[in-house]
Amino acid sequence: MSEGRYLRPQRLDEAVDALKGGGWNLVAGGTDHYPARVVEQRPEDILDLTGLTDLRGIGEFPDHFRIGALTRWTDLIEAPLPGWFDGLKQAAREVGGVQIQNRGTIAGNLCNASPAADGVPALLSLDASVELASAGGVRILPLADFILGNRKTARRPHELMTAILTPKPARPARARFLKLGARRYLVISIVMVAGLLEVEEGRVAGARLAVGSCSAGAQRLPALEAALTGQPADAGLAMLATPEHLAGLSPIDDIRADAGYRRDAALILVRRCLADLGGLR
Amino acid sequence: MNAPLPENRIRFTVNGESVALAAPPMRRLSAVLRDQLGLTGTKIGCDAGDCGACTVLLDGRQVCACLVPAGQIDGAEIVTVEGLARDGALNALQAAFHRHGAAQCGICTPGMLMAATELLAKNRQPDRTKIEDALGGVLCRCTGYRKIVDAVLDAGGIAAPATAEPVIAEAGGAVGARIPRKDGVAKLTGAEKFGADAAPADSLWLRAVRSPHAHARFTLGDLAAFAAAHPGIERIFTARDVPGSNSFGIYPDLKDQPVLADGYVRFRGEAVLALVGDRAALANLADADLPIAWDILPPLSGTVAAMAEGAPVLHPGKADNVLIRGHVARGDLAAGFAKAAARTSGRFETGFVEHAYIEPEAGYARRVGARIEIVACTQTPYMDRDEVAHVLGIAKEAVRIVPTATGGGFGGKLDMSVQPLLATAAWLLNRPVRMIYHRPESMASTTKRHPARIEVEAAADAEGRLTAFRFQGDFNTGAYASWGPTVANRVPVHATGPYKVGSALCDSRAIYTNDTPAGAFRGFGVPQAAIAHEAAMDDLALQLGIDRLEFRYINALRPGDATHCGQVIEQSVGMAACLETLRPRWRQLIAENIAFNAQNSDRRRGVGIGCMWYGCGNTSMSNPSTMRLGLKPDGRLVLYNGAHDIGQGSYTIMAQIAADAVGLPVDLVDQVHADTDLTADAGKTSASRQTFVSGKAAELAGLDLRAALLRLANAGPDAVLALDGPVLTITDGADVRRLDLREMSTTEGDVLLGEGTFDPPTTPLDENGQGVPYATYAFAAQIAQVEVDMELGTVKPLLIAAAHDVGRSINPMLVEGQIQGGIAQGIGLALMEEFIPGRTENLHDYLIPTFGDVPDIEMHLIEDAEPLGPYGAKGIGEPALVPTAPAILGAIRDATGAVIRQVPALPHRVRKAMLEQGRTP
Ligand SMILES: Cc1cc2nc3c(=O)[nH]c(=O)nc-3n(C[C@H](O)[C@H](O)[C@H](O)COP(=O)(O)OP(=O)(O)OC[C@H]3O[C@@H](n4cnc5c(N)ncnc54)[C@H](O)[C@@H]3O)c2cc1C
Ligand code: FES
Ligand code: FES
Repeated sequence: MSEGRYLRPQRLDEAVDALKGGGWNLVAGGTDHYPARVVEQRPEDILDLTGLTDLRGIGEFPDHFRIGALTRWTDLIEAPLPGWFDGLKQAAREVGGVQIQNRGTIAGNLCNASPAADGVPALLSLDASVELASAGGVRILPLADFILGNRKTARRPHELMTAILTPKPARPARARFLKLGARRYLVISIVMVAGLLEVEEGRVAGARLAVGSCSAGAQRLPALEAALTGQPADAGLAMLATPEHLAGLSPIDDIRADAGYRRDAALILVRRCLADLGGLR
Repeated sequence: MNAPLPENRIRFTVNGESVALAAPPMRRLSAVLRDQLGLTGTKIGCDAGDCGACTVLLDGRQVCACLVPAGQIDGAEIVTVEGLARDGALNALQAAFHRHGAAQCGICTPGMLMAATELLAKNRQPDRTKIEDALGGVLCRCTGYRKIVDAVLDAGGIAAPATAEPVIAEAGGAVGARIPRKDGVAKLTGAEKFGADAAPADSLWLRAVRSPHAHARFTLGDLAAFAAAHPGIERIFTARDVPGSNSFGIYPDLKDQPVLADGYVRFRGEAVLALVGDRAALANLADADLPIAWDILPPLSGTVAAMAEGAPVLHPGKADNVLIRGHVARGDLAAGFAKAAARTSGRFETGFVEHAYIEPEAGYARRVGARIEIVACTQTPYMDRDEVAHVLGIAKEAVRIVPTATGGGFGGKLDMSVQPLLATAAWLLNRPVRMIYHRPESMASTTKRHPARIEVEAAADAEGRLTAFRFQGDFNTGAYASWGPTVANRVPVHATGPYKVGSALCDSRAIYTNDTPAGAFRGFGVPQAAIAHEAAMDDLALQLGIDRLEFRYINALRPGDATHCGQVIEQSVGMAACLETLRPRWRQLIAENIAFNAQNSDRRRGVGIGCMWYGCGNTSMSNPSTMRLGLKPDGRLVLYNGAHDIGQGSYTIMAQIAADAVGLPVDLVDQVHADTDLTADAGKTSASRQTFVSGKAAELAGLDLRAALLRLANAGPDAVLALDGPVLTITDGADVRRLDLREMSTTEGDVLLGEGTFDPPTTPLDENGQGVPYATYAFAAQIAQVEVDMELGTVKPLLIAAAHDVGRSINPMLVEGQIQGGIAQGIGLALMEEFIPGRTENLHDYLIPTFGDVPDIEMHLIEDAEPLGPYGAKGIGEPALVPTAPAILGAIRDATGAVIRQVPALPHRVRKAMLEQGRTP
């Protein structure tokens, strides 16, 4: 491979300073980067983020958790976290195999913005925001506004993602993630569903559900969330989900499944997720 | 962490030793290890994180070395497979792999070992689930994973089933013993050399430029100017440059595939140009950079398009695009159908299946004077030799093929890949030239299993006897003939299944299209046919109210029966015995499922059965093997073993057979592995022929050497041989003779040499397919228990029980490995594998089973001896895969009522079939 420029800054200010010049491709764990370069290896200018060691790790703050951009899936799996992170942890365990979990970063998953990114529905159900830094400062965007489509994000070329922020639920919360693929390990999702319920006095006080692989980017299900609120939190929640609640999805036919199946499977998984969440004690 | 050093220098430790080197920062760690440090134990199967063959430990964690930039390893601690053995001794984990036969071809083994090492460091005694979770990112195409799990359990101290016995020290005890692989240790230490692992240091690199179109004409622009503008490109070869004939192909009269296309391409992935030069310069190019003007033609995709009125003719002389037809007819079909108490008809469809060996094609060629040497992975050194001679226009004696270790083949490495390109370039440049296919190139350009469209009709009388069977199968042979004729001929001979039928009419066609060439893949069309004939058996049994296993038992071929080719098979017909063996388990599973299904509605369980037969060796064609066994002056035996071991174990079982035949201990046997200059032609490693055919040759070679030794001492046939270093003792009753081998003259280093040749007796088939297509058949039955998610249509195999009539099991551990590996591929065929040209040319879109997809496998070896085979043995390689998919499909039907007519049974197809059946909400 002939070389382009390579920079692996140790400090964030160096990194954002370099980005001002533009033209850089960013790399973290490399697990999305390299698979896109199997056949051709053209020179490119690489800004390697992994020297920014401060960006790795999960911190707790009074009203939110902060997941550093370089936090790897394994870090998340091994971190002691409250129960409402269970869905995200379940997603983490389903990302590739252990080798991928040991290297891939959560921010990389979001910035790569694959429609099948397992992190996205789970983080949408956590109501996550992302923090983007540039020489001009820091801005925070809700995740739903960050992912614009298939491999399209709101990241500007001179920005890098520094953290993912997830607010603490106001009430006791539980979370789940369900993934459907055609084999057990190392599989791209046909459909995945993440759900989080806040429960108070036996009733749903807040619900967030998101479906992935059924549209260009994973989507929340606001109509269903509204319908669930106030309902008794039991396994019967499943039956409140209707096809209309999923009308906003726009699944496609591909090698893994056809669109009709995806739509059906999404509803089935949403119901199972709700049955699970409702049935939890 | 250290600050980056100047000039891209990085410091890190590998296997405890510190290293400092300069590397481009984005070079993959796998390339740094292999190319800069010579640590080729770390394998590359995909460069994309999909296969896990490159797994190493980075600061104690398993990672894919192909996804780690050199720039990130500064200061890190790396452990590779070479770091496991201490002072030449296998560590506990490696030793467990060896005992369990957990490495077959060995290409995945380094990755497996490293992933298991990470696990065992955290968890000294992991259970099966933990093992599968930890190793789930490494793919294996050979073993079916079960023996790997057993080995890791064992390494953790948890007792695991049957392990190898230590090598048998006495004479005569090798056949039937579970001895570990003779070539096993190198596969565990990383020392084994596969196609990509070694080449002369001054080799140039070759890169093929391939067609992005399935059907097109093209003209080449100014290649000289292009080469001049791109430093690092030494030469660009075109069709014009091929020195001999620009054509290759399996059959002497069907060499229809060009080495380099000449103005016209027939499939996406066809080689158009060969660029030779510096590796980095070649990697920097895209195919689209080359001056090629394409005139795209509408492609014929699939057999229906190729057979349509007015379809363009793809090969001159094949006006209807039919490459070849196969035909077997026996008895009065109309009368057979007239007797029917039950009758069925059905259509089935299967897709392209990719071999997905973890080792992409690789090797090098060099010219040695007026000869050419090709060192590459292959299944068929002797056919490669003849093909290369044809391409270069030289005598076959001028070609030497030295197979490297082959990281899986399954039929896909029976055709040439890198060989003709390398031969052409090395011959013309008089420089060593090497080439490694990248994964998408391997998948786009090499052969596949033939997609099939099959129609069957069958009838049975009220007693459940098959009275009529009709089969019509169209096989998509893709752009070139390859093994299409073999498939077209083998299928009709097997299409009825292992049953006695009153009358049969079986037709097949291999049809040219603009799809990827289809060739040989474990079973040569028989697995596709089995899906159809077994569905028909289930239909008839259900209609007649006869248990599905019993229906097959009624019809199973038995000794003395005539097949639908009119061949009366007298010996080694273990079909009924296989069914008898499985019967108790079958009944038990049915009862279990009834109980389970009474309690559950969202998930339902079912059980299915598949039977098969498989002719060992070529169909009605000579396929001899020759083996030689020499005795050296130092008292070691040398087996000149041309039966190349691609993981299935021919370097172990041939030694077992030869040792017992000569009457000396197997640990005295050294081997010269396949090399067309050093070993005799033992044919190809395919058609489940090596154990039967080459094994017989090995037995004859051993007997020949024994006879020569006995003659020396004038001893009788029952004399006992013993070797103590160079001293040979021959004891014949009271008569004891001692010979010092050092005092005897030698020929080419051998004191004595025994030779054996075997060619299984067959006869040509007449115009109705009547005759003796094979000298012997393997038989098998498998039952599968599955659980189906009634809403999602997902299918989880819970258990496979397999009974295989192998004649005689030379090494039960290796036979089990073949069965487990075949079953895993059968699961893939049934449930997930579908190659679509241009869309699934990598190992994340093309799915093969992982650790979690292969259930427990119970195995029963039936030994109904084949008198022609060595110690009664026949083949197992392909039979293992054939019954699995039919058993799984039968189980899905049992669970859901839905008949699956198209494989793979992806969740959306199963759900659709269930909805049509009215079985799901
Ligand atoms: C075999 C295999 C299996 C996989 N399985 C799954 C799976 O099951 N589910 C799933 O969701 N994903 C899967 N992936 C994809 C991948 O592993 C994840 O998306 C991972 O989280 C990406 O992280 P990374 O750090 O490796 O990204 P990288 O490859 O380093 O980067 C990915 C992209 O994000 C950008 N980027 C990374 N970090 C930042 C940042 N901080 N700021 C701005 N841009 C950034 C990069 O420029 C690049 O475009 C798989 C990958 C492989 C190879
Ligand atoms: S080569 Fe690295 S995962 Fe396949
Ligand atoms: S032994 Fe695993 S791929 Fe061959």
